[in-house]
Amino acid sequence: MVYLQLFYAFFKIGLFGFGGGAAMLPLIQFELVEHYHWVSSAEFANMVAVSQMTPGPIGINCATYAGYLATGGVLGSLVATVAVVLPSFIIMLIVAKMLAKFKNNVYVEGALRGLRPVVVGLIAAAALLLMNEENFGEHCADYVSWLIFAVAFVAVKFLKINPILMIVLAAVAGLVIY
Amino acid sequence: MRNFAVCIVAMEVNMMKASLWQLFWTFTKIGAFTIGGGYAMIPLIEREVVDRRRWITSDDFLDMLVVAQSAPGILAMNIAVLVGNKARGKMGALVSALGSALPSFVLVLLFAMCLTEFQDSPVLAKMFRAVRPAVVALIAVPVFNLAKAAKLNWKTVWIAVASAVLIWYFGVSPVWIIFAAGVAGVVYAAVEQRRDKQNRSNTSSDKKS
Repeated sequence: MVYLQLFYAFFKIGLFGFGGGAAMLPLIQFELVEHYHWVSSAEFANMVAVSQMTPGPIGINCATYAGYLATGGVLGSLVATVAVVLPSFIIMLIVAKMLAKFKNNVYVEGALRGLRPVVVGLIAAAALLLMNEENFGEHCADYVSWLIFAVAFVAVKFLKINPILMIVLAAVAGLVIY
Repeated sequence: MRNFAVCIVAMEVNMMKASLWQLFWTFTKIGAFTIGGGYAMIPLIEREVVDRRRWITSDDFLDMLVVAQSAPGILAMNIAVLVGNKARGKMGALVSALGSALPSFVLVLLFAMCLTEFQDSPVLAKMFRAVRPAVVALIAVPVFNLAKAAKLNWKTVWIAVASAVLIWYFGVSPVWIIFAAGVAGVVYAAVEQRRDKQNRSNTSSDKKS
């Protein structure tokens, strides 16, 4: 049963994930954490860190990891990964036949124009949902966590530090501080 | 004219035919060595299939990129399927997709097994306790970058805010919001097109009168 749910959840994620890895995270988070409760919010944050640091597309990395956590076995990983890839595969094979038509289609462009502001909101929601007691201490009041958040934000947004390096630095900081 | 024809023939000859194994191996290699997700993989895929192997022309690749980015799904996977399909048909698409997913799958699986094995380790717990807030920051950064890229203004920013609140506070599934936004965009495009047509026919009838 869990395999069926896993397949359904990740198929949906693959089907509705527009705009690359970051835009897929809110969908993954919603299905795994809020809807099916397969992983906790803290585990999801860990998962994102691991997915950033391992090679390959983040959507696939998350699917493999989440499949394993949800079922405790390799089969879960396999089901989730196949499910998240399948929409890409089917849609691209259909679209490949009419590449030129699809490229300058008014309605495709219209749909994408509608999606653009929504994707911003989606990712904002993902960040907001992660600002909870599991990640920022009791009553979200652990000031060390907020300090790490602020430093990481400034470092990546303004100093253009590589996100992977940022994760490594945070891990080292964790060893020193806690 | 003849020179032109020779040129075309030369270009066609210049393009190489990929074997299924080559396709698989190329995408496996790219999948195994690019950290940082789909966007980081695109330049590598381009260099490999357009410049080095010459399976796909540069123009074709650009078309594929546009389509892969505007379609749903995993970006790198979309590109792999399009490239594989162009090079070797459906089997090509299949081996390219397999190739680009395989390294991630194996590595992440090993990672997941190790982390589950050592989940009670205090060292790991310390590391992840600090990594988690940093990850939240990593997710928050693209919000601002994308808001800029999407050119949000006072007319459109409410859409972003409303979708964030609906998901975060009211627990609405992002799937519904994406669906609604896509449909709204299509309807808006249809209305716009109709208005354009009317304007055009109005101006032409104005001219007549």
